[in-house]
Amino acid sequence: MVKTIKGIAASDGIATAEAYLLVQPDLSFDKKSISDADAEISRLQDAISTSDDELTKIRDTAKESLGEEEAQVFDAHKMILADPEFTGAVEQQIKDQSVNAEQALSDVSNNFISIFEGMTDNAYMQERAADVRDVTKRVMAHLLGVALPNPALIDHEVIIVAHDLTPSDTAQLNKKYVKGFVTDIGGRTAHSAIMARSLELPAVVGTDTITKDASEGQTIIIDGLNGAAILDPSDEDIKHYQKLAKDFADQKAEWEKLKNEATVTADGKHFDIAANIGTPDDLQGVVDNGAEGIGLYRTEFLYMQSEELPSEDDQFEAYKKVVEGMNGKPVVVRTMDIGGDKHLPYLPLPEEMNPFLGYRAIRISLDRQEIFRTQLRALLRASAFGKLRIMFPMIGTVQEFRDAKKIFEEEKAKLVEKGVKVSDEIQLGMMMEVPAAAILADQFAKEVDFFSIGTNDLIQYTMAADRGNEHVSYLYQPYNPSILRLVKHVIESAHKEGKWAGMCGEAAGDNIMVPLLLGMGLDEYSMSATSVLRVRSLMKKLSTADLKELAERAVTESVTNEDNKKLVESYINK
Amino acid sequence: MEKKEFHIIAETGIHARPATMLVQTASKFSSDINIDFNGKSVNLKSIMGVMSLGVGQGSDVTISADGDDAADAVAAIAETMTKEGLAE
Repeated sequence: MVKTIKGIAASDGIATAEAYLLVQPDLSFDKKSISDADAEISRLQDAISTSDDELTKIRDTAKESLGEEEAQVFDAHKMILADPEFTGAVEQQIKDQSVNAEQALSDVSNNFISIFEGMTDNAYMQERAADVRDVTKRVMAHLLGVALPNPALIDHEVIIVAHDLTPSDTAQLNKKYVKGFVTDIGGRTAHSAIMARSLELPAVVGTDTITKDASEGQTIIIDGLNGAAILDPSDEDIKHYQKLAKDFADQKAEWEKLKNEATVTADGKHFDIAANIGTPDDLQGVVDNGAEGIGLYRTEFLYMQSEELPSEDDQFEAYKKVVEGMNGKPVVVRTMDIGGDKHLPYLPLPEEMNPFLGYRAIRISLDRQEIFRTQLRALLRASAFGKLRIMFPMIGTVQEFRDAKKIFEEEKAKLVEKGVKVSDEIQLGMMMEVPAAAILADQFAKEVDFFSIGTNDLIQYTMAADRGNEHVSYLYQPYNPSILRLVKHVIESAHKEGKWAGMCGEAAGDNIMVPLLLGMGLDEYSMSATSVLRVRSLMKKLSTADLKELAERAVTESVTNEDNKKLVESYINK
Repeated sequence: MEKKEFHIIAETGIHARPATMLVQTASKFSSDINIDFNGKSVNLKSIMGVMSLGVGQGSDVTISADGDDAADAVAAIAETMTKEGLAE
């Protein structure tokens, strides 16, 4: 029976393959008394050795797709499996208590987990509790004879069906076999969705029920353009979607031709389309898609992928690679944006009621200056190798910007005195994501070199709606006139002082938003690398003269988010 | 039986990478090797054992090895301690 399930289109493209359910199996068991301890121990050893083989495979795949550092966690898992204190204790428990291996494993594992979790002054050790849990799960699954799915074990073409995908799940997907994914929860701005777009993997999220509807091995089509999953499609469905897939491929080929062209509107105005990156590894995608710069380099990944604060030299190498790799095109680096939903195991932050309103980003940097100064020195040294721009996240007051700038100047002076080569043309800017700063943009514009509007946070703070909370996701309204008025004010304030304004949120690549932003005169548009050519093609068809009036109507006549959506759609269809 | 005391200077104590390194070093030898801390003694070839000790900065630990290659083992462990910045 054909069944169509609606969801949110998270990443463009269409794919057909077998469903692979990435869901947790039932690992419950009964405690049993046993009489043959040797047989039970041999059962345990079999489960351990199968688990070890699997972990080797997973580690090798992870090493290939994620790199050595990320793969090390699986080495740690293997070490736990080989650990005499761990497996020895389970065997002892089987003998002493005459219980089944499942019970003994669970007892020993819980004991270690509570020791590690009890080390509350040591975030690293608390995280090791998760390792023990993971390893236990794997051995338990083998004892119970159920499969524990893992993306690294996939060896044929599939579509992943999951409740949710963590960024590390997503990063492990092998593009050779994984043709797309569909999940129960999540939205377009979730990290898994953003990563799917950078991997160019079709994805549908937020279906609510896909893990219940789909079964292992069932044929499934996902339509990442319109947000739908089709289970057991008919021949007709398959034909229909093959055509859609072909049309999409043709369109992509058409966009591809714009790769080496500048971004120019129908009336000859030039704008910059830049790309967002998280690590130097993303550079290739930026170059392949013909971006005119990097509008947002999220440096926090450097901190998140490390086991301790990254050293000045490690940071310098990463920044240099990016700045140099862009061959003189501008690179906007955002200083560390930790806090909110991003944590570092080695930098424990206080538990907060409202982490998004708490100790994060520049607020940490200005407080823990040694961390900030290290990053600025690394950036300053990298500035000699290309066109570097630096921006500070979460600036709310002019004083915060002045303080950050002062620290920057101090570090610069120290390096210059030591004879280190530093560029004299580093622009210093700020993220526009705190409403207080956006409202006061005219004052900020006198002191900064540029603004970069971060739409996801600006919307969440302006609407007072947590971007991760699905109960209030209807308040994510990028076209709401309230948001657009702020955006317009920011752009105009920059221009009045002869500065430039960019946008580095998801909205900068949005088909409805782009015409409005062009109308407001936004200078730089930074987005996922895979959106660059689509937006360049869109801009080629638009004329700024008309759009100025459209943007004016969007902030004066329109009342709702929907009004503006319709306004732009009717303009484009005309 | 070979014994040696170490004063731990690493800011974060024995955890993460250094713990792994110590366990890997110890595992190369056939001797029984233990680490004593705070009245507890665990097998130095066990990552779980070593980590569950929770050795912090400023602690004193004793490494003891018993077996044919005990002397070499203690020497190698001392080298790892220095190399990983765990002890002086």
